[in-house]
Amino acid sequence: MFNVNRQMLTRGALAAAVAIPATLIAGFALAQVEGQPTPGGLGLPNMVTPVGLGTQQFYNMVLMPIISFIALFVLGLLVYVSYRFNEQRNPIPSKLTHNTPLEIVWTLIPVLILLLISVPSLRLLAEQVEVPEASVTIKVTGNQWYWSYKYPEDQGGGFGFDQMLKPESELQPGDLRLLSVDNEAVVPVNEVIAVHITSNDVIHAFGVPSFGVRMDAIPGRLNQTWFKIEKEGVYYGQCFFICGKDHAYMPIVIRAVSREKYNEWLAQAKQKFASADSRMRVAAESH
Amino acid sequence: MASSTMAGAHDHPRGLRRFLFSTNHKDIGTLYIILGSIGGVIGFLLSLGMRLELAYPGVQIFPGLAEALQGADPSMALDAGKNLYNVFITVHGVLMIFFMAMPILIGGFGNWFVPIMIGAPDMAFPRLNNISFWLLFASLVLAVISMFVEGAPGMKGFGGGWTFYPPLSSNTGSPGPAMDFVILALHLAGASSILGAINFITTIFNMRAPGMTLHKMPLFVWSMLVTAFLLLLVLPVLAGCVTMLLTDRNFGTMFYDPAGGGDPLLFQHLLWFFGHPEVYIVILPGFGIISQIVSTFSKKPVFGYLGMAYAMVSIGVLGSIVWAHHMYTVGMSLNAQRYFTLATMVIAVPTGIKIFSWIATMWGGSISFRAPMVWAIGFIFVFTMGGITGVVLANASADKQFHEGYYVVAHFHYTLSLGAVFALYAGFYYWFPKMTGYMYSETLAKANFWLLFIGVNIVFFPQHFLGLGGMPRRYIDYPDAYALWNLVSSSGMIFVTLSLIVWFYAIIEAFMKKRLAGANPWGVGATTLEWTLSSPPPFHQFQVLPRITGASR
Repeated sequence: MFNVNRQMLTRGALAAAVAIPATLIAGFALAQVEGQPTPGGLGLPNMVTPVGLGTQQFYNMVLMPIISFIALFVLGLLVYVSYRFNEQRNPIPSKLTHNTPLEIVWTLIPVLILLLISVPSLRLLAEQVEVPEASVTIKVTGNQWYWSYKYPEDQGGGFGFDQMLKPESELQPGDLRLLSVDNEAVVPVNEVIAVHITSNDVIHAFGVPSFGVRMDAIPGRLNQTWFKIEKEGVYYGQCFFICGKDHAYMPIVIRAVSREKYNEWLAQAKQKFASADSRMRVAAESH
Repeated sequence: MASSTMAGAHDHPRGLRRFLFSTNHKDIGTLYIILGSIGGVIGFLLSLGMRLELAYPGVQIFPGLAEALQGADPSMALDAGKNLYNVFITVHGVLMIFFMAMPILIGGFGNWFVPIMIGAPDMAFPRLNNISFWLLFASLVLAVISMFVEGAPGMKGFGGGWTFYPPLSSNTGSPGPAMDFVILALHLAGASSILGAINFITTIFNMRAPGMTLHKMPLFVWSMLVTAFLLLLVLPVLAGCVTMLLTDRNFGTMFYDPAGGGDPLLFQHLLWFFGHPEVYIVILPGFGIISQIVSTFSKKPVFGYLGMAYAMVSIGVLGSIVWAHHMYTVGMSLNAQRYFTLATMVIAVPTGIKIFSWIATMWGGSISFRAPMVWAIGFIFVFTMGGITGVVLANASADKQFHEGYYVVAHFHYTLSLGAVFALYAGFYYWFPKMTGYMYSETLAKANFWLLFIGVNIVFFPQHFLGLGGMPRRYIDYPDAYALWNLVSSSGMIFVTLSLIVWFYAIIEAFMKKRLAGANPWGVGATTLEWTLSSPPPFHQFQVLPRITGASR
């Protein structure tokens, strides 16, 4: 009887562990708009970079099923022992306190599960950390409470700008409260973008959920991360490290466009931000 | 010296003298539990403020709170409110860890039951015990004062999170004295805990009754021993860490300032070298309590006693060498991230041993579902929930998606706000009859459980969804897409609040009804020494040391 029960429990738990998350994720993936959080969303956002897709696969295919199974397995065991061994049903307790084979099994099986997790985990980690050869490099600097971007001269840039939250009073239809900004950072689609990240004052963190990217901006340190956006669109991110009173008010917006449009934008942006940039330079030199 | 004077000096003091100058481990334990309850209630009220604010998008209540609490000027109320929110999250974290969980679990239950369980008349250093408590009290006062003095320019209180990372906590971010108050509070709390740890280690090593070998000690005593070693190992690191911050702030050193060759990451490494073992310091006593309760109410000895004891030792050791998994996004080298990923995942193995051994203890038992057992079973489930999301976050690769987001908030609240707190309540209802001599109402204790169980799950489970969706933590306001789950999360606070009210009522009711508990209200399963004493135990127990012969776990 004990065997049958455990088998049934295990089988039921397995089925639920796979079925429940799969339905939830599938159901809500439909309603998603890429690049922005989904109202009432239950799972990861739709990913648009190789690292993001890797994270999504790792979480949805490996981690989520395993942890759901473990949770349901432990819950099942608790419910079973509570039912089977309560004092009405089992008035005389056994004196069993050791079972070496069982103890070895419940040590080794978790080890095997962890090994199983670590293989895809370490592969994805290397992909995140090792920055491939990039065609565009941008420098992002955190400030209290906005982000600054610099596009290097040798890649057609040579200008910089600040990215500020659009106040609620200036929101246009289609803008998102707390996410839309005045100056979007534009990058070409399907190209490797290297991002150098630092800070001017306190620690901030540059994070864009649909890229699978999160990197701290630390004064005195130049951190590096990368993404390759595989779909044109507007992608929103936020500051992910507490940085003072307006921590919640320094969003990130990255727009991915075709190479041609990117080149056009570079030319326009160079003019638009040149005056501001030279003014900054003059101010800096006069200090 | 005449024996009559000795007896006079150890007489039963009353009133203020009894508690202010107390050197009695049970009275000091009671003081710790009262202090911890006060800290916990303040910490809860702060979290209530946060959840009220986050119930709807936009900033609603904190500007008003800033005017009311800190006397902010109405024209500055919005900024002061945003700052006050950050102060709330910071003080909530500090209070819940240093002034709720640690005092009740270690100072309270540890002081009360470690000497009794090993058959000792008192702690090894009774006066040290007294100063440990009053240092902590002074520390609590400093921590609360910090909310009302200047921190960031023009703002009151320190609002940089309980991890105090510079430069936000240095003169760059918080030039005012609020942070200095917090640092001094940490110094005092640290000193208090170090003295307490010395006391526990000495007591456990030297004052065990004849026959009480290390391998016969109850698992709660084992858990306190491991906890005390962890405290002794890591609190001096915290003290050094915040002392350097203090000198950076006040005496022109630049340990954490890159402009002078320092490094803000040094602070993070030192803080987490303390901070990660700290989470085990909070949960290990809980493990000990759960082991006692599961064994008592299953009427069976703990399954795999040695495995359970050494699982705690290995959790303590492993927990001390995985600190940088809190720092996966600071730009560590690939190899460092690989190491911390693998080492962190290994902790799941001894933790799994504990979970399965508790279930195996229940297996074949004759389980009576009294209130402490219900809390303990609740603990095993919610702690498993927190543990499995911990396995997710152990992976540096997955953590890049969750770091400093609500998934992390959900994870550590499942281990602490649900795990440690459930263990704490389990211990409270287990030992309340012993400590007071009165039996509480079983119905109220179970109502307390169900309200809190439902409440915290409604509060924290949806936060997994928020984290998956990408919501950052420590945000006073969030994009509208996160509104639904935030509202659900906040609504759970109704149940949590009710559970607290029921808890208070259960205590008052027990003292009013005065149902005598008797020496052992739990029956044959309760085999540890505290159940051989009267309830409440005499002011000085074990005038004649007990002699331990059989297995007494």
